[in-house]
This record gives sequence, C-alpha cells and structure tokens, in this order.
Amino acid sequence: MALFDKFAPLRAAYERHESAGDNPFSIVFDRVVSPTEALIGNREILLLGTNNYLGLTYDKAVVASAVEALQALGSGTTGSRIANGSYQGHRELERALADFYGRRHAMVFSTGYQANLGILSAIAGKHDHLLLDADCHASIYDGAKLGQAQVTRFRHNDPADLAARLRRLADTPGDKVIVVEGIYSMLGDTAPLAAFAAVKREFGAYLVVDEAHSLGVLGASGRGLAEVAGVEAECDFIVGTFSKSLGGVGGFCVGDMEGFDILRVVSRPYMFTASPPPSVIAATLEALRQLRARPALRQRLMENARQLYAGLADLGFTLGPEPNPVVSAIMPGPEIAFAFWSRLLAAGLYTNVSLPPATPRGLALLRSSVSAAHTPEQIDRALDMFAAVGRELGLIAPERARAAG
Amino acid sequence: MGGGARVNRKPFGPAAGYMDTSVEHIREVVFDVLRASPNPPAELSDATSIVADLGLDSVAVMDFVMEIEDRLDITVPLDKIAEIETLGDLVSTLGGLKVSA
Ligand SMILES: Cc1ncc(COP(=O)(O)O)c(C=O)c1O
Repeated sequence: MALFDKFAPLRAAYERHESAGDNPFSIVFDRVVSPTEALIGNREILLLGTNNYLGLTYDKAVVASAVEALQALGSGTTGSRIANGSYQGHRELERALADFYGRRHAMVFSTGYQANLGILSAIAGKHDHLLLDADCHASIYDGAKLGQAQVTRFRHNDPADLAARLRRLADTPGDKVIVVEGIYSMLGDTAPLAAFAAVKREFGAYLVVDEAHSLGVLGASGRGLAEVAGVEAECDFIVGTFSKSLGGVGGFCVGDMEGFDILRVVSRPYMFTASPPPSVIAATLEALRQLRARPALRQRLMENARQLYAGLADLGFTLGPEPNPVVSAIMPGPEIAFAFWSRLLAAGLYTNVSLPPATPRGLALLRSSVSAAHTPEQIDRALDMFAAVGRELGLIAPERARAAG
Repeated sequence: MGGGARVNRKPFGPAAGYMDTSVEHIREVVFDVLRASPNPPAELSDATSIVADLGLDSVAVMDFVMEIEDRLDITVPLDKIAEIETLGDLVSTLGGLKVSA
C-alpha cells in the first residue's frame, strides 16, 4: 500500500477539477492591485471573498508603518517569543490590544490558527472539559485535540443543549471551558452570546469567544459580538486574528485572569514557533489605530453587507440567516458550487467554495465576504454576475429579477 | 468490590440481563437514527463501517453521534468518537458510557 493510497478518492476529485480548470483550492492571483481587485493573467477580477473587512491592506499609513519597520528592524525575528523573537513592537501591540479591549492582559501569536491552538491546549488541562460549538472553526477543534482535556461538542448556537451537556458533566471533576465564535465564518451567523454567558454563569464555567470575523466588524467600538451583546465581562478570553479586518497576519488572546502571563511558558504553539516579523507587527498596530479611529469603515462595511445580502435574497438565493459581511449562498451540491464558482470567475468575480466537512450540516456553499472598500457599484456588478450565472444554472427563476422585489 | 458473597448484589442475575437489553436498546437507537437519515443505508450490522460503508465525513460522524447522545442522554467525548470505526464499536462505546453514567 503506497503512502498516498488513502487519499485516492479525494485525489481523483482534486485532479478532475484541476484538469477542468475549476479548482477553487489552487487559484493564484497574478497580481492583487487593491482590496477589491486583482489580475489573473490580464483579466481583471473583482474580489468578493477575501475577508478583508475594513479594506486596510493598502491603507497608506498601514503600509508606511510596515515599510519603516521593515527597513529599521529587518525582515524577520528569526526566533520565538520566548527566545529572541519578542521586540518592543510585539509588546506594544499587546498593550494596544489590551487597551482596546479594556483588559489587563494580551498575548500575540503568529497566526489566528495558532492563537486557538495555543490558548485551548493550554487553559484546559487533562482533567478539565472543553465544550465546543458544533460549528466552531477547525483551529478550535485542532486546539482541543492538541490539549489533553475531554472534549464535548454541543449543538450550534443552542444554549439549552450546552446546559444539558454541562448538567451531564456536573458530577465530573475539572473545570468546564465553553468555546464559541462571534460571527461564524461559513454562514455569517452570530452566537446568542448573552444566553451562553447566562449558562456559563449558572454552571460556573469559563467562556472563550473567537472574534476572528467580528473584530472591527461588530460593536460600537468594533470590539465584536461580546460588545454588542453587552457581556464582555463574562468572556474570560477573547481570541482573534490579524488576518481579516486588520489586514495582516497573526493572532491574539486577551483576558483579565490573574496569572495570565504563565501561558507564555506553557502554550506550545506560542513557544515553539517564530514570532511575526516587525513589519507585520507595525502594520497591525497601525491597522488597529485605524479600526479605532474610523468607525465609518464599519458603517460602510455593514451597508455593503446589507446590499449584497438583500440583493442575493431578492434574486432568490438561499442564504445564511443574518446579513453580515460573510454572505453565503447555499448550493444544491458540491458540483453546482464548483460550476457556479468557475462561471463567476470567468465573468470576473472571485468568491469562495466551501464544502463539508468545513461547512455545517453537509452544506455546499458559495461564500462571499464584503469589504468596506467595495463601492455600491461593485456590489451591484457582483449581483448582476450572480443573477446571470444563477439563471444559466437554473438556480433562480428568470422572473425573479431585482425589479420584482 | 468483587466479594460476590452477598446474595442480594445479583452480579449475574437481572443486572446482566439489564445490560443486555440496554445494549440491544442502544443498537436499536443507533440503527433507528441511521434509518431516519436522508439516505438510509440498505443494510446495517455491527460490522458496518461508518466511513467506508456509510460514507460519513468527520463532521457527519459527530452530527450522527450527537443525535444518539440526545436519545440516550449521554455525552460521548470526541476522543472516543475518533476511535470508533464500525457500528459495533459505537454500540459498545455507548454501552460503556451508559453503564458508567
Ligand atoms: C473562527 C476562526 N478562527 C481562527 C481563524 C484562523 O485565523 P488565521 O487565518 O489568522 O490563522 C479563522 C480563519 O481562518 C477563523 O475563521
């Protein structure tokens, strides 16, 4: 048996899409020219699937900070946070994050994926219990696997189900740690966080919220779903990423717990990897300043989100439950999702294909994400392309043009 | 514990019988959940492989187990789910959890 035999069925599908030229998982942009535009060959592509929520990747001040740090401090730190890889910038960014969230402590990780690995594997020990929402991101499940805690999965966005599972564990020793997300990355729905916080209180558990897709997106100050729900004090740890609204790469965790800094010497994904380069840290610091100073970006983003969501709903697509910057159209199956994706790309629009097991309930999704940098005209153009391809593939009725709505 | 001298502990009597029916009941629940799924499998036995025969991916397996958890009012930790390959494995894992619950 050859090493890769176990991948045979997957490989067949992968190669079939590769040779048909419609493999969403191997697309390369020859040149990205703005938060909303790229070139493939010499074809202009409108980007509608980049998680670049605030469009800060080309912000002049952000880029200037990165350039300055790159020139002054070099291309990389060549080491871990606990060896030679902690610079003043890393500490400054941690202070800025703690200040933004009004927390005593913050830790910066090399990616958001590693922040989840690093926090979940460290805070829940061998005799503790992690309770994960069924739809949590892979990094949360992988973080749980990396640690030694017993892991329980509860029904998505279902505080009663969580309570039932905590009740079953009531006589089992060990701390209970609940993990949910702000905006879920696949369908763009939000957690009923106040209800989860009440369950957490009732059972004396701890609560971790991953605000990867909601930092800079939700809340009057952009602090995410916990801010909207008014339960920040109940969220023991907030985890997030720099790779979406902040336009960089890296992850973080903030919290108030006494003794927080011990995590720096017990969290393996923090300790055994190189720290983010100074240019990335400087860019992220500046992006965080922009996020705080420009609430108008958030308003623009939500207006764009509502425009896309309402437009697709009017056309007759089946969407996730809430208008947020992640807007997913539910496809009848993977093959139609691939066909839809490649026809949109041929027409000049980039979106994402999301398939099980990355998606809930076996759904095949054509996933879009909007940016504050999109103009209403760009969103209209995207909607026109969705309408044309949707009709070509017989997914929406020809009659249901936007004029009818 | 295992003295066995105390007549009223009934280690092999109705208690063992109870365990049998319990395993039977668990198997029925497992098969029921599968028969009620959108694409019910043609044939089910303890030897049925969850991945190869039922074609469930990692998340679908967890969803399937969640249905059974609700029916039996137990919790199956994820590391236990990861070890399960056949429906027979699942039934005996559930049996073990039900008894210790
Ligand atoms: C909920 C959630 N957490 C964590 C991550 C990982 O973030 P990063 O891309 O920074 O590794 C993502 C995105 O990929 C995510 O959607």
